[in-house]
Amino acid sequence: MVPAADRMPELVRERPQPGRGHYTIFLGMAAGVGKTYRMLQEGHAELEAGRDVVIGLLESHGRAETQALAEGLPTVPQRRVEYRGTELWDMDLPAVLKRAPELALVDELAHTNAPGLEHEKRYEDIEDLLDAGIDVLSTVNVQHLESLNDQVAELSGVRMRETLPDSVLGRADEVVLIDLSPEALLTRLRAGKVYKPERIDAALNGFFRIENLSALREVALRQVAEEVEAKRLVTETVGTRDDVLAADTPQAVGERLLALAEPYPGAQRLVRRAWRSAQRLGAQLDVLWVSPPGRDPTPEQERALGALRQLASVLGANLLVEPGDDIADTIARIARDRGSTYILLGRSRPARGLARLRTPMPQALMERLPGVDVRIVADRSKKHEKTP
Amino acid sequence: MTPTIAIAVGALAAGLVGGWLLPSNGHNRDKKLPHGTRRILVPFTGTSISRRAFDAAIRLARVEDATIMPAYLARVPRHLPLDAPLPVQCHSAMPLLETIEQRATALGVSVDTRIIRGRTYRDALRRLLDTEHVDRVIVSATSSARTGLSSDDLEWLLEKVPAEVMILRPDPEDHRAVTAGAVAGHF
Repeated sequence: MVPAADRMPELVRERPQPGRGHYTIFLGMAAGVGKTYRMLQEGHAELEAGRDVVIGLLESHGRAETQALAEGLPTVPQRRVEYRGTELWDMDLPAVLKRAPELALVDELAHTNAPGLEHEKRYEDIEDLLDAGIDVLSTVNVQHLESLNDQVAELSGVRMRETLPDSVLGRADEVVLIDLSPEALLTRLRAGKVYKPERIDAALNGFFRIENLSALREVALRQVAEEVEAKRLVTETVGTRDDVLAADTPQAVGERLLALAEPYPGAQRLVRRAWRSAQRLGAQLDVLWVSPPGRDPTPEQERALGALRQLASVLGANLLVEPGDDIADTIARIARDRGSTYILLGRSRPARGLARLRTPMPQALMERLPGVDVRIVADRSKKHEKTP
Repeated sequence: MTPTIAIAVGALAAGLVGGWLLPSNGHNRDKKLPHGTRRILVPFTGTSISRRAFDAAIRLARVEDATIMPAYLARVPRHLPLDAPLPVQCHSAMPLLETIEQRATALGVSVDTRIIRGRTYRDALRRLLDTEHVDRVIVSATSSARTGLSSDDLEWLLEKVPAEVMILRPDPEDHRAVTAGAVAGHF
């Protein structure tokens, strides 16, 4: 467990630091939803309110509407970088810092800078601007987040080369979701408002399929919901000294599920159900088997354990095998270490003999883990058995 | 106290203590695991499984007292590592595996489900058969060249798999399938 004192700096970082600029990120599900457009609208509004606004970097992709909206906003010229005989253009970070506006608009924060510049990635440039007290508006698509890269690649068949750590989103003061229905985005695409005519067919047949867009939209909505939840928890945690002391227990950001499984074929049902719940909650899933110490698994257990391992891997869950003589104590220790908020277990077989006097497992867990939900997963194949 | 009563009391006390101690660590020592059972593999792809293949597997499993092993074959795109999580395919596979397990269990047949990754369906099947022993394989041939196992895959199965392979020929009844619809909403 991380001591409260060690957690303090991390928590304090989330507070607005005096002198640091205000950071707003416009997040979208795909190109063409209107992130850059919204950023420019906000820039105009700030300019009209009398603030000193500049465009640090704009990627208009030749879109006429975007270029038209950029007019009237002062722009810091991009700098030319020559790399292996190729001419590259990037944000002129020193020039923006020297210009020292109150607000800078910097498009596409996942962009990788040309070699030889101050930083490898554009989001690192933005950190310099924020540290200099400059407010920043920026944009990014959800598929650029590292944690979602595999998921998005599987959804869309397109793997993003330019990614950024999820913590960048966490450091923003505001994350604004620019939402558009997949149908509306496809209409914009067909009307030539996203790509040039020669690229439209390829886009419609590739990335811009309605099932891809629907799934990406769901991912973007969920991501923003998680960010809001995470910020709410952090705000509550850094409030008072008492709150910080309360943070001595691992503060779960969102939910984390712990499914208790044993190596036998029926355990897969429980893991499937737990995964489904984890998906609905947007939670991480751990699967735990508390193995009897000093006893090797039987061949059948080895086989079932291999199947569980395979299942956990394909689901993106973590399979933990922990030897322990007292199952409830071992589960409680693991649940505390991993910050679990839910425990799922199958129905126990009826106890026999004096074992009836022992505290049932769900109750034992509830006693050891106050504040953690315990859910018993039913065997639905037997749901009609006792119906008269 | 007579010696007989003393022995009886002692035996009762020993029984009580033994009964208390034996299951005291909470590990279930008498969990019945299938041992040496026959296994019937039913590989499938997509969002449904042929009703005829499912029924055939159930009938055989009942006769042979075997375990059916429904295996969802997941294709891993080339740009992902082979051990990458596949949440999108799992969204199709998990409710379907749940349906199959519920139906089979309700019919008194034991089930041991799998989800196996590979670059192709055949690759996934090969990986499964490299690590698991099965006695029979039941597959439904498809009249569509775009879905499921191809005729090459079926030929490979017949030639290479050390098990009895049963291929069900395409049939007008093939539109009847077991789908995830049965568990939608409460899975």
